[in-house]
Amino acid sequence: MTHDPVRFYQVGSFAAGNRLLDQGQRTEQSRRGRSNSLTSGHRACQGCGEALGARYALDAAMRATDGRLVAANATGCLEVFSTPYPETSWQIPWLHSLFGNAPAVATGMAAALEVKGRTDVRVVAQAGDGGTVDIGFGCLSGMFERNDDVLFICYDNEAYMNTGVQRSGATPPAARTATTEAVGPEPGNEFGQGKDLPRIAIAHGIPYVATATVAELHDLERKVERAMSIRGARYLHVLVPCPLGWASASSDTIRLARLACESGLFPLFEAENGEVVDVTKIRRQVPVEDYLKLQGRYRHLFGDPGRPDLVRQIQKVADRNIERFGLVATGAEQEVR
Amino acid sequence: MDKPFAVTLDVGSSLANRTGSWRVERPVYIDRMPPCNDACPAGENVQSWLYHAEEGAYEAAWRALVAENPLPAVCGRICYHPCETACNRAHVDEAVGIHGVERFLGDLARSSGWSVEVESPPSGKRVLVVGSGPSGLSAAYHLALLGHSVTIVEASPELGGMMRYGIPKYRLPRDVLDAEIAAIRALGVGVETGRRIDDVAAAQRDGGYDAVFLALGAQLARRAYIPAADSAHILDALSFLASAGGAEPARVGRRVIVYGGGDTAMDSARTARRLGATEAVVVYRRTRDQMPAHASEVEEALAEGIQMTWLSTLARVEDGAVVIEKMVLDEHGFPQPTGEYETLGADTVVLALGQEADLSAVEHLAGVATREGMLEVAPDMTTGSPGVFAGGDMVPAERTATVAIGHGKKAARSIDAWLRGEEVVRPPRHELASFDKLNTWYYDDAPRTVQHELEVVRRQTGFEEVVAGLDRERALFEARRCLSCGNCFECDNCFGVCPDNAVVKLGSGERYAFDYDYCKGCGICVSECPCGAIVMVPETI
Ligand SMILES: Cc1cc2nc3c(=O)[nH]c(=O)nc-3n(C[C@H](O)[C@H](O)[C@H](O)COP(=O)(O)OP(=O)(O)OC[C@H]3O[C@@H](n4cnc5c(N)ncnc54)[C@H](O)[C@@H]3O)c2cc1C
Ligand SMILES: Cc1ncc(C[n+]2csc(CCOP(=O)(O)OP(=O)(O)O)c2C)c(N)n1
Ligand code: SF4
Ligand code: SF4
Ligand code: SF4
Ligand code: SF4
Ligand SMILES: [Mg+2]
Repeated sequence: MTHDPVRFYQVGSFAAGNRLLDQGQRTEQSRRGRSNSLTSGHRACQGCGEALGARYALDAAMRATDGRLVAANATGCLEVFSTPYPETSWQIPWLHSLFGNAPAVATGMAAALEVKGRTDVRVVAQAGDGGTVDIGFGCLSGMFERNDDVLFICYDNEAYMNTGVQRSGATPPAARTATTEAVGPEPGNEFGQGKDLPRIAIAHGIPYVATATVAELHDLERKVERAMSIRGARYLHVLVPCPLGWASASSDTIRLARLACESGLFPLFEAENGEVVDVTKIRRQVPVEDYLKLQGRYRHLFGDPGRPDLVRQIQKVADRNIERFGLVATGAEQEVR
Repeated sequence: MDKPFAVTLDVGSSLANRTGSWRVERPVYIDRMPPCNDACPAGENVQSWLYHAEEGAYEAAWRALVAENPLPAVCGRICYHPCETACNRAHVDEAVGIHGVERFLGDLARSSGWSVEVESPPSGKRVLVVGSGPSGLSAAYHLALLGHSVTIVEASPELGGMMRYGIPKYRLPRDVLDAEIAAIRALGVGVETGRRIDDVAAAQRDGGYDAVFLALGAQLARRAYIPAADSAHILDALSFLASAGGAEPARVGRRVIVYGGGDTAMDSARTARRLGATEAVVVYRRTRDQMPAHASEVEEALAEGIQMTWLSTLARVEDGAVVIEKMVLDEHGFPQPTGEYETLGADTVVLALGQEADLSAVEHLAGVATREGMLEVAPDMTTGSPGVFAGGDMVPAERTATVAIGHGKKAARSIDAWLRGEEVVRPPRHELASFDKLNTWYYDDAPRTVQHELEVVRRQTGFEEVVAGLDRERALFEARRCLSCGNCFECDNCFGVCPDNAVVKLGSGERYAFDYDYCKGCGICVSECPCGAIVMVPETI
């Protein structure tokens, strides 16, 4: 019989797998024998986006390196919930650094492997947003500058969750945290502060920078794969909703990550050697309210009287991203689809 | 021992920590009732045969289809597909073209020579089926599969009922009908054509039948008193359509008026056009929106140049003309006469005012009840007379071929249970997989496949089939548009999205299981299942 040129339509590029797809088109997460780098029994909260993001990213890296992978891990939820003495949830070689020095420790691991002639073994370092954009920032910038052969993954849950939801340099405007309370004329975190680390990383001109979320599995795995195909300093910034810190339903973790992208608040893009090379377009655009309303940390923006002025300001942030990265497909681009 | 760098055996795995104890609710896999299945009058499991068709497993798909309905090639053409009206995909872009795939499978079965075998051992019971329309055929088919010896008695010279003597060929080519009827006969169903049964009780007694299924249809054309000149040429739609399907179609002349607003009126006007009428005008009392004809039929008729005169009644028929009176709708939406008249040229007038059942054959049957000229039946198709069952157009229900098929199947199951002295056990109905149960993010955008239609000139002059079927590739595409509402289609999403690896993938065709030792009950798998096949239920402690 001749080849059937039917495109797969049912859930081709969005769900984890599908019985009708070629193995090559399914995600690593849909494979029964996936490495489960972070296995069951960990103490993350119900519905933890960080636990999910870490397994997604590391399993993809394991596939890309054929299992020759070692990890450094800064202090933070991921480290604490995975390794209460003497148990570990890690099924890969894994090393706990300090809160602020994971990039430096990973640099050392890469250097040691090189000395031993084992450059086939690859190094990842991982940290929360606090460990990345705040206390680890100096080490990370150095790692970038030296172009050390490390993939650094930041799991961004937008605050210091492990110590009780304090504000970080990645906490978004108006969000309530333990240190930015929802009181006064400017409730929650301030506007116009914080650090946009993916763009700072791009400014270092390193070989590869990308953003991803736990809602776009195919996209995330493809980016890890790409990162592991490159040598030198690489940076992956993954948005990982936190039901505890965001005061959201545990069942909404993936939905929230999706809405963050679809509203334009969290742009998905890739950059190589200092230039943005690809952008994931918004598929079904939503207003920022759809995203904000599901989270208790923004509760003070809604209701009577609420703060529609602040919601509008947040919408402006989204609109700015949409414009800057071209997140909405133009008519011509849609036709190509 | 050679251990990889940084791995020592001395650490314990967190697998020792059974986080399932945190849970207050647990996820459970379920099957929900897909809206298409729920709406199909023939009781097809549409989602399940589409599931096979999606894989290109067409024979398996066809077998799942004919387990419920022996006439897929027919239904794929003439069913008004309420399944598609109910289809959840309509909320995403457009409904799945279910009938197109159904027709494709029915046609493919015929060209591939697939057939169904009777697997049940002979029961030794004999069942009489009166009438060979869709209802009688469906009952005969299911009864034969259940091992009973079935005889169909039919008054007309050929089998098929309204599918042969009513529905025009351009919508249902007769070779398609013949093939599906032949497949039913091939199960060993006995047939007596040209025999009219006037007394059911006598026929049962004389023939020694253990049970009877009545599917007499509604054969009497409803009349209305319309003053008419002696020379006026007036036909009723049923005899007109029956003649059009035969060797010597009625002559209609150039100008034909069809009176009525149902599907039969549309078929009559379209048939008149094909028989040479240059003008075919439908006259109907009410408005277009109030026409009982299905919208698709009205559109196809208009495309063929049929004219429609709404809000008009036929006042009288003269020689070569009709006089119509204009109507207006009152505040309740009922048409009221205006006293304004108009004359239209007419060589032939076709009355399509509906049909009534002829119940004379059951007059002597003790215990049966009638309602508004129809035979009363219970939901399991039993009549008031033990051992006598009925369905189709002669009982109160919507009058379509698919409803008739559904009745035939239901009656067959009731008859089977009755003959065995048992009760029919119906499995509990699953909760509906309504649109709000789905997470449509995961489905690709895919507009519906268009079924090509014959060009208008050929439709106005001949009885060639109007709507073309789908080819293999398009049928596959259409099947794959199905969202699999409420039934796992193995997308691996639950397996992928669990932060606690608490979903076990059992392998192809085996679906998945939860590992309750580690499931914390977060509910992400429920939110992210595209088709709504998982629910959270409270833990009982
Ligand atoms: C013009 C027209 C177009 C239609 N189009 C559609 C359509 O597109 N889609 C759709 O779903 N439905 C359509 N319908 C309706 C559909 O055809 C009927 O609902 C369906 O055929 C009813 O099935 P049945 O088995 O109850 O009766 P029928 O199909 O009417 O069959 C009854 C049979 O019983 C026989 N019979 C009656 N009395 C006796 C007796 N005493 N002894 C022996 N035999 C007897 C009759 O000869 C007939 O063959 C249409 C109907 C008409 C008239
Ligand atoms: C030098 C130092 N200061 C403070 C701490 C306490 N501490 C542990 S984890 C943490 C916050 C981690 O936040 P983040 O990096 O965002 O990770 P998350 O827990 O949110 O995943 C802090 C402040 C520490 N371990 N070391
Ligand atoms: S018989 Fe009709 S309603 Fe049933 S599935 Fe087929 S097209 Fe749909
Ligand atoms: S999408 Fe598929 S399962 Fe859902 S209603 Fe439509 S045909 Fe049925
Ligand atoms: S996602 Fe995992 S932990 Fe959450 S309810 Fe489902 S199986 Fe349980
Ligand atoms: S998420 Fe996918 S694999 Fe899991 S139950 Fe739903 S349809 Fe089946
Ligand atoms: Mg954090």
